[in-house]
Amino acid sequence: MIGAAALALIVAIALMLIRALSGPTLYDRVLAVNSLGTKIILLLGVIGFLTGRPDFLDISILYALINFVATIAILKFFRYRSFQVSLTRRGKEGS
Amino acid sequence: MIAEALEYWNAFRPVLGSALMLVGAVLAVIGTVGVLRFPDFYTRLHAASVTDTAAATLAILGMVLLAPSFAVVFKLAVVWLFLFLTGPTSSHALANAAHTAGLQPMIGRLGESDGGDE
Repeated sequence: MIGAAALALIVAIALMLIRALSGPTLYDRVLAVNSLGTKIILLLGVIGFLTGRPDFLDISILYALINFVATIAILKFFRYRSFQVSLTRRGKEGS
Repeated sequence: MIAEALEYWNAFRPVLGSALMLVGAVLAVIGTVGVLRFPDFYTRLHAASVTDTAAATLAILGMVLLAPSFAVVFKLAVVWLFLFLTGPTSSHALANAAHTAGLQPMIGRLGESDGGDE
């Protein structure tokens, strides 16, 4: 039954890859890549339990951290066209 | 009596864990089908974000039931907490960025008119 779960997650990743490759807008692609990352995290855990080596969970923690930072960085870059912009709101003297 | 109940629980635990993992994976497939078939970015975002959080919770709960030691349970709790905090945050950031960039949601029924699509 764990194998079936891994297979279903692989099918979900393949289908989400179609949306990531053919998304009409930029935000569809970012959404697909973000969701793909979540499914890859789950697949890493499931493969770890399938092969009896739960050490794969360390890699999945790393994937979770990188996935979130990458999503926010891509969105920030396409909003300001630069990474070097403060995300805090400007004060009165800044406007 | 308590020992008997514990024995039953230990026999039942792997089955329950595998079933929860399978339910989570099937939920991920359902969310992906929604992302492929929905007509609009915002509806796709809804399908993806809701099912992702639920699928991660179910699958990680199943893995907790299969975990051999307490360290593995702790790592799973860390992964779950991070996914639970960052999934809705990135969904909000995506919707906010798309709305700020001027992407309009589709309004009205599909096939009736293309009024909200301009």
